Amino acid sequence: MLNSGINVIIEGVNMQRLLLGLAVTVRIAFISIILGSLLGILLGLIRTSKSKVITFICRVYLEVFRIIPILVWLFIVYFGVTNLLNIHLDGEIVALIIFSLWGAAEMSDIVRGALESLPKHQMESGLALGLSFWELYRYILIPQAVRRMLPGAINLSTRMVKTTSLVVMIGVIDVVKVGQQIIERSVLKTPTASFWIYGLIFVLYFIVCYPLSKWSKKLEAKWEN
Amino acid sequence: MTIEEKHQVLLQINGLHKEYDGTTVLDDINLSIHKGEVVVILGPSGCGKSTLLRCMNGLEKIQGGEIVFSGKDLTDKNVDWQNTRQQIGMVFQNYDLFPHMTVMENVLLGPVKVQKRDKAESLEQAEQLLKRVGLFERKDAYPRQLSGGQKQRIAIVRALCMNPQIMLFDEVTAALDPEMVREVLDVMLGLAKQGMTMMIVTHEMGFAKAVADRIIFIDAGKICEIATPDEFFSNPTTERAKQFLNIFQY
Repeated sequence: MLNSGINVIIEGVNMQRLLLGLAVTVRIAFISIILGSLLGILLGLIRTSKSKVITFICRVYLEVFRIIPILVWLFIVYFGVTNLLNIHLDGEIVALIIFSLWGAAEMSDIVRGALESLPKHQMESGLALGLSFWELYRYILIPQAVRRMLPGAINLSTRMVKTTSLVVMIGVIDVVKVGQQIIERSVLKTPTASFWIYGLIFVLYFIVCYPLSKWSKKLEAKWEN
Repeated sequence: MTIEEKHQVLLQINGLHKEYDGTTVLDDINLSIHKGEVVVILGPSGCGKSTLLRCMNGLEKIQGGEIVFSGKDLTDKNVDWQNTRQQIGMVFQNYDLFPHMTVMENVLLGPVKVQKRDKAESLEQAEQLLKRVGLFERKDAYPRQLSGGQKQRIAIVRALCMNPQIMLFDEVTAALDPEMVREVLDVMLGLAKQGMTMMIVTHEMGFAKAVADRIIFIDAGKICEIATPDEFFSNPTTERAKQFLNIFQY
């Protein structure tokens, strides 16, 4: 074990640095998930509107985020837009903006799908009771839609956590970047450093994402009936 | 109910015209429904009878004619549908209880959240109504734990709890297992006896005969015949009605 190089994980402040890097990753992901979900729910509700113009605009927004790689989005805003407007934006701020907008786009589609999957009769029997538009959403449609969209929303959250690893490319020091720095510094002394450090990062991502996907499976099973 | 009230027109339909994408579904429907009257609408599938009911509470827009309910013109652009629908109870073929709410929550949603009535008073009324349909002990169950007939009885209670002036029943037993039809029809018959004004679309001929004050026979979007149940079933005047009734005889 002494020569395997596993010690590189706990050498000096390596572990603390990795955990601080993980905190950056989790912070970006968490804030983006919250902001993206709020905006996405709103957009999803708007997308069920009957206005063709509004749904078209929302649809374009969704597709633009789906088609263009997130990395390109990060570059456009971090390098391109800041250059054009002659301002400086912190990498983490750019990451938060892009991930929130992406989350909102995907979330809006999940919300729309959930709302549209509800039987039309539910809406009609609500209307027949004299519910107003907002009461209909508040008491009948949203509570039922939430159950249908949670598995998808949780799945989206784990995708967002994983995709935050791209922020390295715009200079944000996340858990992956910290790992690279540690490896570069220790590789002469410990040739197997990349295995151990990336292995640890692998485990850290797993620890963050696994409970989420486990939770989504549990909810799915619970609400199946 | 005094004789005078009994003759008061609650719902008046004049020259109602309804079409979907240029296809006429209902044509020149004229009908008045008096307070306390039970009108059963019969007709072959697709004749427009369900659509007629749905026009009564604005679930379908009409393209011509007028509907006057309790003195108010429902074709007026400024009609307050939320308020109007509270006075027009409707029960659907597929029960459509809200699956995420218990029986009691389903029943109380209208009185408490929509009508903003006192919770205790609504609860008392809901309990009484549930007892009347024999489902009080299921008040905390979720819809998925109930049989079709039970769900439909709850749906009736849910509509009744709003204290409507008229009840619309849209083929409420059509989706039920034959064994459960009776329990739902019994509830409706009880309502009729209590003087509830009702418009019923059904395929249960025996029930129609027992419950109706008048039978309205609709074919191809038009009213073909209006008669008392005795006249209609023993001596229909139109050829279409005769053909229609023949289908139900073995």
